[in-house]
Order: sequence, then structure tokens, then C-alpha cells
Amino acid sequence: MSGSASLLQIVSGSVLAVLARAVTGVRPIWAGSAPNGGQRIYFANHASHGDFILLATCLTPSERSRTAAVAGADYWSSGHVRRFISRRLLRTVLVERNWVERTADPMQVMLDALDAGESLIFFPEGTRNMTEEPLLRFRSGLYNLAVARPGVELVPCWIENMSRVLPKGALLPVPLLCRTVFGAPVTLKEGEDRKEFLERARQALLSLAPRKDGNNG
Amino acid sequence: MSDDTTRLFLGLIGVLVTASVIAGVLSWRSPKPLPSTLDNLNARIKAWWIMVAGISFAFLFGTRGVLLLFAFVSFASLREYVTLTKTRHADRWTLLGMFLIIVPTQYYLIWIDWYGLYSIFIPVYCFLAMPAITAMRGDTSRFLERVSEQQWGVMLSVYCLSHVPALVTLPIPGNEGRGLLLIAFLIATVQGSDVLQYIFGKLFGRHKVAPSISPSKTWEGLIGGIASASLMGAGLFWLTPFSPLEAGFLAALSCVMGFFGGLVASAIKRDRGVKDWGHMIEGHGGMLDRADSLVFAAPVFFHIVRYAWT
Repeated sequence: MSGSASLLQIVSGSVLAVLARAVTGVRPIWAGSAPNGGQRIYFANHASHGDFILLATCLTPSERSRTAAVAGADYWSSGHVRRFISRRLLRTVLVERNWVERTADPMQVMLDALDAGESLIFFPEGTRNMTEEPLLRFRSGLYNLAVARPGVELVPCWIENMSRVLPKGALLPVPLLCRTVFGAPVTLKEGEDRKEFLERARQALLSLAPRKDGNNG
Repeated sequence: MSDDTTRLFLGLIGVLVTASVIAGVLSWRSPKPLPSTLDNLNARIKAWWIMVAGISFAFLFGTRGVLLLFAFVSFASLREYVTLTKTRHADRWTLLGMFLIIVPTQYYLIWIDWYGLYSIFIPVYCFLAMPAITAMRGDTSRFLERVSEQQWGVMLSVYCLSHVPALVTLPIPGNEGRGLLLIAFLIATVQGSDVLQYIFGKLFGRHKVAPSISPSKTWEGLIGGIASASLMGAGLFWLTPFSPLEAGFLAALSCVMGFFGGLVASAIKRDRGVKDWGHMIEGHGGMLDRADSLVFAAPVFFHIVRYAWT
């Protein structure tokens, strides 16, 4: 992935943003951070394929055009259609989740994208959350990124309702109102170990969830 | 566009400009940050400008424009409503049907003026089909609750609201080609009553109507608002086929219904622990926050006019 978006990606990003707004009326709620043009890793809860589209819709067009979503290569590289969508239409950084068969180190792939100036959309749970729990345990990726690139802001983003709009296996979205709440950036403290940091980041994300969520699966 | 339409919109713009100027002066002279009452007033006036602009634009395209506008209002209201209900995965087909089939069909039936079907399409066919589809999916958890919530959603957001544009289709003798003005009359009195109730409540409000539901609804606001809005309705009789007395009576009835609409909407919001239905207009509430009174007023107004004037 190069540092800038192709024309096709810019157009499809705008079209998706218009569609996402038409279906979900999504609005960004900036609660602790504001758009500042700096390089960022947006880390969010994940329960729907629509999540990163919703999140990208909330970004300014210039930020959107340099933001890529970290997605599973096993899913998005299988088949021509998915490959076309993930490589040409959307801006993605594909990482291989399978430890045994993988050919490229996922960490290195993400760091390359960051070094090329990209902002990343990252789902630290590692997979879509299909449980009744609001948020799964975080995998180590977020901590490794924080250690490797301390200059990049880690912004927690709570995505509300998208799992009801487009749950796993669904093709057509049900129109429901969605919001994305952007919280204050989380920074790695000196001497903080992996577990402490991941739990703190998880709590920072959870604290953005509305207390009374209409979401009942 | 007829002279009466032009006169009405010039009058509306005059009212809005006056309101904006007053609010602007108040905001300018008030200490910063603005007290919440003034903030709220500014937000309401802004919402009003957007509403008047939207309605005027729709009127330029005649009946078709008004039908499309209200189909959109129904869509947005239904979306806000469903967001607050507790849906389950098994409800997906029913929910998709509500948005993709019921909304367009209801407005299409009004467009082709098929009264016999549009007045029963939702309460007969949809009300039977929706639980059937939900039951086919097999998930019985809170079945009755889910089905009732969905049915009430289409009743309020689609069926009731669609009676606003349906006014155009009423064949009132001597009122040919002036159906849109009847719509303007209903919207102006009901929305005017909302504003006047708010103003009277702020100025004289003491005794709350339903303290457990809404702290802002007072008897003083209710009586003052409805009385003044009915007078305003009587003064707008030239938009309608009614005499001033009839116009005043219909306006009063619509305003009372509108009050109940707002009260019921507040009860639902309170039950679900939210202040507003949504965030359609810059974080100052959603479509249903502005349309709740029309929801209750439109079908009653429609049927009384249909019974007595056609």
C-alpha cells in the first residue's frame, strides 16, 4: 500500500460515505480528541463488516484518503471479488492472521503502512465480536504498535449500533441511527507492561459506550 | 403557484425573520456561554428554517414533491423509532420490509389515490404479515413485545404521517387544485401550536400536566398555546374551504391531538432513557421530535374533513 489513495479509492470512499450516511445518519462525536491532521491509529470495537466504512465516513475527506483499515488477509484475499474490493476499491492493509501459513509478518506490514504516512483503522479484538460481551479481550497488536511507533496517536473509537445495521452474514443493511464516539488518545506510559496497557486501552474504549445501549443482538 | 401560496410563505418567512432577529438580539445581549433556554430557542428557530425551506421546496414540485418529502419524513422517523426498540436477529426480514416495502407502497397508494387500499394496507395486511414473517424465523423470545413495537412503529411513522399528503386527494367540492394549501394549514397550525405552547409555558408555566413524563409541559402552556394556535388557525381560513369558525374548530382539535402526540412521544423517550429521538438537525433532536404532534393530528384531521366536507 502506497502513501496516497488512487482516484478510484477516493471516489468509492466518498460514495460509501454518502451511502453510510443515508442508511445510518452517522455522526462523529468528538469526546476527547478532534480532527487535527496528525497521523493516528483509530482503534475500535468490531462486530460488523460495516464498521470501518462507518468509521471512515466520520473522518474528514483528506484524513479518509490517507487512512487504511487493517483487515484479515485470509478473508479479504480469497476470491476475485473480495480481492478487488479490498485492494482497489477500499484502502486496506491486509495482515495474515494464520501463524502457520503466513508469508509476511503482520507487524511489519502495519509498520510499513505507518512509515508511508498512513493512518490506520485497527480492531484490537482481532476478529468480529459475536458474543454478548460488549468488547473482547485485546490481542497484543495494539501494544506492539504503541511500542514501535510512539509518535502515532492511539485514538479509541466506539462504534454504536453498526452490528444491528449489518450483522454477520447479512447482505442488506437495516436503516438504524449510528454514532461513532472518538475518545482521548491513549499513550503508553513509561514502564507500563503489555497487560496493563491493553487493559487500560480496553477500558478507555469501553468508557465511550453509552450506558444504555439499545443493542440486544 | 397561487397567490395564496405565495402569501402564506411570505408570511412564514416574515415570522421566521422576526423570530431570528429577536433571538439574535437576546443572544447578543446575554452573558456567555448562553443559558440553555436561549441555546434551545436558537436551535428551534434553526430547525424551523430548515423545515420551512424543505416544505417550500417540496411545494414547488406539487403533490409529487410533498409525497416524496413525507415518504422521507416517514423513513427518517421510522429509523429513529426502530433504533430505540430492542430488535433481535430474527427481526431482520420484518425490519427490511418495513423500510423497503411498507414505506414506498403506502405513499404509492396515496399517489394513485386508492383510498380503499391505503387506509387498510398497514392496519390489515401489514399487521398480519409482520408477525407471520417474524414467527417464520422461529425466535419466540419476547415475541409479543417485538411484534407490537414494530407494528406501532409503522402505525406512527408511516400510516399516521402519510395522512398529511393524503389530504391532497380529498375531493372537496369547490376546493379543486387547492389541496396543498390544506396541508399547509394543518402543518402551520400544529407546528405553530407547538411553538406557542412552548412560549406560553416558558412565560406563564406553573402547573405541570404530567410531571413524570415531561417537565416542560404545563397547563398554562397547553391552554395558552392551543387557544392562540386555534385563533391563528381561524385567521388562516382563507387557505381552506372552511369558514373562520370551522377553521378555528379544526385547528383546536388538531392542536389537542398534537399535544397528545407530543405527550406519547415523550413517554416513549422517557421509557427508553433518551432525551431526543435522534440527531437529524445538528444534535438538536431528530425528525420525530418535530413530527410527533403531526403524527396524532393528521389522521383525525383527515377523517373529519373527509366525513364532513366530501
